[in-house]
Amino acid sequence: METLTLLNWGFDILLGLGLITLALWALFCTDLFQAVVLFIAFGLLMALLWVRLDAPDVALAEAAIGAGLTGALIMAALARLQNISRNDHPDSGEKSNSKHGRLNE
Amino acid sequence: MTTLIQAKSPIPNTGDSMNRRTLLLILLLPLLVIFAAGLGYAVLLLPEQPQYLPNLVIENMDQSGVSHPVTAVLLNFRGYDTLLELVVLLLALLAVWSLNIPAARHKAAPNEVLDTLTNLLTPVLILVTAYLLWVGAHAPGGAFQAGSVLAASAVLLLLGGWRISVKLAGLPLRIILMAGPAVFVIIAVVTLLLEGQLLKFPPAQAGQFIVIIETVATVSIGATLAALFLGARPTATSNEVANEIDGEHK
Amino acid sequence: MNPANFYALIGIGLFSVGLLGLIINSHLLKKILAINIMGSGVFLVLVALAKRAENLPADPVPHAMVITGIVVAVSATALALSLMLRVASETGHATLPDEVEK
Repeated sequence: METLTLLNWGFDILLGLGLITLALWALFCTDLFQAVVLFIAFGLLMALLWVRLDAPDVALAEAAIGAGLTGALIMAALARLQNISRNDHPDSGEKSNSKHGRLNE
Repeated sequence: MTTLIQAKSPIPNTGDSMNRRTLLLILLLPLLVIFAAGLGYAVLLLPEQPQYLPNLVIENMDQSGVSHPVTAVLLNFRGYDTLLELVVLLLALLAVWSLNIPAARHKAAPNEVLDTLTNLLTPVLILVTAYLLWVGAHAPGGAFQAGSVLAASAVLLLLGGWRISVKLAGLPLRIILMAGPAVFVIIAVVTLLLEGQLLKFPPAQAGQFIVIIETVATVSIGATLAALFLGARPTATSNEVANEIDGEHK
Repeated sequence: MNPANFYALIGIGLFSVGLLGLIINSHLLKKILAINIMGSGVFLVLVALAKRAENLPADPVPHAMVITGIVVAVSATALALSLMLRVASETGHATLPDEVEK
């Protein structure tokens, strides 16, 4: 029994600290694409957390809406920012970060 | 020079703005630590809950028409919140449409991975939607989860270049979007007339009411979330543009 | 401290991290991410507090509130992203007017 509670606590601590680390990383990194991907990973870890807290309905909703749909929405908005900066305001910025290319090809 | 898609580092190292930003950070961190400590203290100080509400839910669940507590709370005991939530979704869509964002005029030339994935997944996701909707009565599931899976399959289709056909983009689309809140409001009015109180389902028919509300709400939620993803309002123009670019892939 | 209290503290930590990110960052997309993280922190506190009693089943009312909250958060995020796109296409910067980075 002791090892079980110890393992439970270890899992909890790992999950909690991982969440805070992902949140800090996503908010303070420079590349926006990286921030969005980290945010999607954050949402998926949250879904795991809901299962750990005995809330399977919330886990389903968070995985589908919170991580999936919000991530897709933000990615689409990022791609449109690229379009806007390339088409409408070519003088307001440098060349876009070509490592990720055009997100819609 | 900053680009739209490249956020500058939060603490840039150029002259004046560095002083301002580091000053802000130095000022903020202790305040936030105090704030978080105060909140933590307040949370840890909460008394042990006397289990009042969960017992109420369990006692009254056989009158609610379903056998899963969260679904009973969502659609029966606190059905008014769910009604307002559906309306909030619709309002957000109206606001996004009214902002007139230009449609994402990307090349609708999906690569093979997206094509195959969409072909394989769309029927499966529709089945999963129906399953989640039905199983919500006695196990984790329900209208919102099912609606979001439907929206996910629609997002896959939209990413591959599919757009709703022009015949369906006008009134039928608006009817689908509105059907969820509308049916819920109609049932609320019916219960108001029948029982004298808003959203008080008679225990014998509560299950049927809930199934009707959930089914229509699933389709509505899926359509609304997919329309939120698309951003621009489907009109004849945007469809023509998409179809032109689609070219040889049809 | 039982796991529920620990997760409530993590939720408060997430809220604070989100608040810090909201104030410090000047790019609107990062601000939107920060608001979502704050929302997730609040949901975590709600659901963790629903499971405080050790051997009893979890309280379903906060679960329903959080499901509602997640859906409302996604609609608010969609609207916020559309507003950001309008600001960007009108002014050329994805920041608020008084924080334009040179």
